[in-house]
Amino acid sequence: MSDIRTRIGETVAGNDVFLFMKGTPLFPQCGFSSRAVAILEHLGVEYGSADVLRDPEIRQGIKDYSQWPTIPQLYVKGEFIGGSDIMMEMFESGELQALLTEKGIGPAA
Amino acid sequence: MPMSASQIETMIRAALPDATVEVSDLAGDGDHYSARVVSRVFAGLPRVRQHQLVYAALGGRMGGELHALQLTTAAPPEE
Repeated sequence: MSDIRTRIGETVAGNDVFLFMKGTPLFPQCGFSSRAVAILEHLGVEYGSADVLRDPEIRQGIKDYSQWPTIPQLYVKGEFIGGSDIMMEMFESGELQALLTEKGIGPAA
Repeated sequence: MPMSASQIETMIRAALPDATVEVSDLAGDGDHYSARVVSRVFAGLPRVRQHQLVYAALGGRMGGELHALQLTTAAPPEE
């Protein structure tokens, strides 16, 4: 348990933008994960991702880590931002773009 | 056992008595819902905390027997 917390902590600290999802950005395995990927692709930012379907330890571990029961989950600079509903709301209101800009994360060159 | 829209509504209202709760069954299959919850409790809280309160109201069913719940939360507009 503490090992997985460390692993997740290092993962979200080591990537400016990181998405825990079902499937991969190319082949999302769930509508909510697909929506999260579409938002990040639209914003054009570089992001890392983990496929929780291939890693049961992370699948449970990330739910405990974030105190959040569902996948996908977005992290920016180590901070939990939310699931796909919050991502969509923040994207539509422009808050997500503003957050990334504020954190110095621009579109990938 | 899938949950019904009224069960979801009842559980949220039990935890957040002042809340306005609208639940719709998106696919008509008793498995994909959307809910809009407006409560004074949410005032000043970040969205993540607002959603966590709703998930807590559902007592661990979210992500388990309740597979898909599109959630929007808000505090009522100031009078």
